[in-house]
Amino acid sequence: MREGAIGGTAARATDGVIKEVIVESDAVRTFCFQEPHSPWPGQYMMVWVRGVDEIPMSFSGPDRMTVHAVGEATRALFDLQAGDALGLRGPLGNGFSLVGEKILLVGGGVGVAPLAFLGDEARKAGMEVTSLIGFRTASDVVLKSRLEGLGELILTTDDGSAGVKGFVSAGLAKVDLEEVDQIYLCGPELMMWDVINRCRSRADRIQACINRYFKCAVGVCGSCCLDPEGIRVCAEGPVITAERLLEGEFGRYRRGPSGSIGSCQG
Amino acid sequence: MRSLSGNVGGLDLQIPVILAAGILGTTGASLRRAALAGAGAVVTKSVGLLPRDGHPGPTVVVLEDGLINAMGLPNPSFRGFQEEIDVGRTGPAPVVASIFGSGSEEFAEVARSLKADAFELNLSCPHAEGLGAEIGCQPDNVEQITRAVKRSVDVPVWVKLTPNVSDIRALGLAAQEGGADAVVAINTLRAMAIDIQSGYPILGNSFGGLSGPAIKPVAVKAVYDLSGVLEIPVIGVGGISDWQDAVEMMMAGASAVQVGTALMGGYGVFQEIARGIASHLDRKGWTMEELVGLARRRVA
Repeated sequence: MREGAIGGTAARATDGVIKEVIVESDAVRTFCFQEPHSPWPGQYMMVWVRGVDEIPMSFSGPDRMTVHAVGEATRALFDLQAGDALGLRGPLGNGFSLVGEKILLVGGGVGVAPLAFLGDEARKAGMEVTSLIGFRTASDVVLKSRLEGLGELILTTDDGSAGVKGFVSAGLAKVDLEEVDQIYLCGPELMMWDVINRCRSRADRIQACINRYFKCAVGVCGSCCLDPEGIRVCAEGPVITAERLLEGEFGRYRRGPSGSIGSCQG
Repeated sequence: MRSLSGNVGGLDLQIPVILAAGILGTTGASLRRAALAGAGAVVTKSVGLLPRDGHPGPTVVVLEDGLINAMGLPNPSFRGFQEEIDVGRTGPAPVVASIFGSGSEEFAEVARSLKADAFELNLSCPHAEGLGAEIGCQPDNVEQITRAVKRSVDVPVWVKLTPNVSDIRALGLAAQEGGADAVVAINTLRAMAIDIQSGYPILGNSFGGLSGPAIKPVAVKAVYDLSGVLEIPVIGVGGISDWQDAVEMMMAGASAVQVGTALMGGYGVFQEIARGIASHLDRKGWTMEELVGLARRRVA
């Protein structure tokens, strides 16, 4: 049986050979692959660390992903070097859509990675890009120079060790939202929820790249379904317009690997 | 469209096309969404006595003509699941709770603790140790477990059978003897895929179960064999992607069909299949009764 797809969706894993590993901070590294994968910003791939697990990762460029070491699989990933290989399934999911002339990227932590990729594409399309990015502390800051190259940049840190002191929302006050056609959001759920709540009146103009527990990544197992509509985040997302996130589980709870309901922190 | 409604295995179905177990049935919202999209009934993901995270990834291998999965029965336990069933039941179709356990007592305890429109006993998952097909391949176990659940609940009980045996008819007869209201055939076929770059089995569990178009001929034969010996209805499942597949499965003897892997193509599949069956009956001038089991009558 040839590898392929039912219903034209995903394919079986291909071999992704690592070309270069870039250390972005203590806990964040970018893995560049020898072959690009033709993704659009906001799309992801299922990354198989052989013998460990398979996890979803956003693209931070056509040939790369930027990873925060948080669990068993991501830590195993950090043991790999140039020349090592991973199994890759993708690109998967819908990705962001570019709308308007002036856009605002709002990212928290490693969530800035798909936004930097989107910013590159937006600049190529002649759009004006402003970035608002937040981190816990100065040593956590990643991809700052790449985003600075795209346009205006506002940096926040929780402890004030770099940029504006406070959460990303503290930086939001420095942006004239009336001037912005579309807001693109990626980061910890409660940070995104805070931004969405502060901008509820423009929720139809916010695209959020969100995270749920993905297993199959082809829209059949149901582990990532989002209340109350039952959106299959792996297949119909991971980018979802904020107005569809207002009255459901987003920002309130999420399901874990067993399907049990838990906190949406982190 | 002509009506396809009828009673199958103790449930009144608007259309004889059902969401299969293990597909999107993890949450109440997704069950309701399938019902709103036109499914005649929706079967939940299997739930058991204790929470399980399931197998490590990869949990699926996508092939051109099928899907190999080894989810590993992830579920929040029956305690966490009643709320999801209740949300699912706010939709327009009956909700069938798929349940699993290690033996009669566990099955009966889970069934007694849940409120649903019917139960489907998972005696057929091919990749969970000490569960599913590992116990469901023995006719004695199938009969005892079916009887234990039937004694514990007052709603219909369906039994989903494994094809990974030499003669599936023995399992069907055991389910019927235990008091089942219907059998559901087939669950996935044991299968494996190996990554040729590294030599690793691709699935986190090393092996899993094959579903999708690749297994349809196997399912058609199993349904044909079962319907030849059983008095209770057979619900056909395995590789049904369009109305032609559903008609074929019904001709083999299925009173209704379930759809799983084809949901990869979206929720429209229920309505498409129902419309296709209805038009085909119109074109041929057949009734549903004439369609179900037609293949056996042709060669009788």
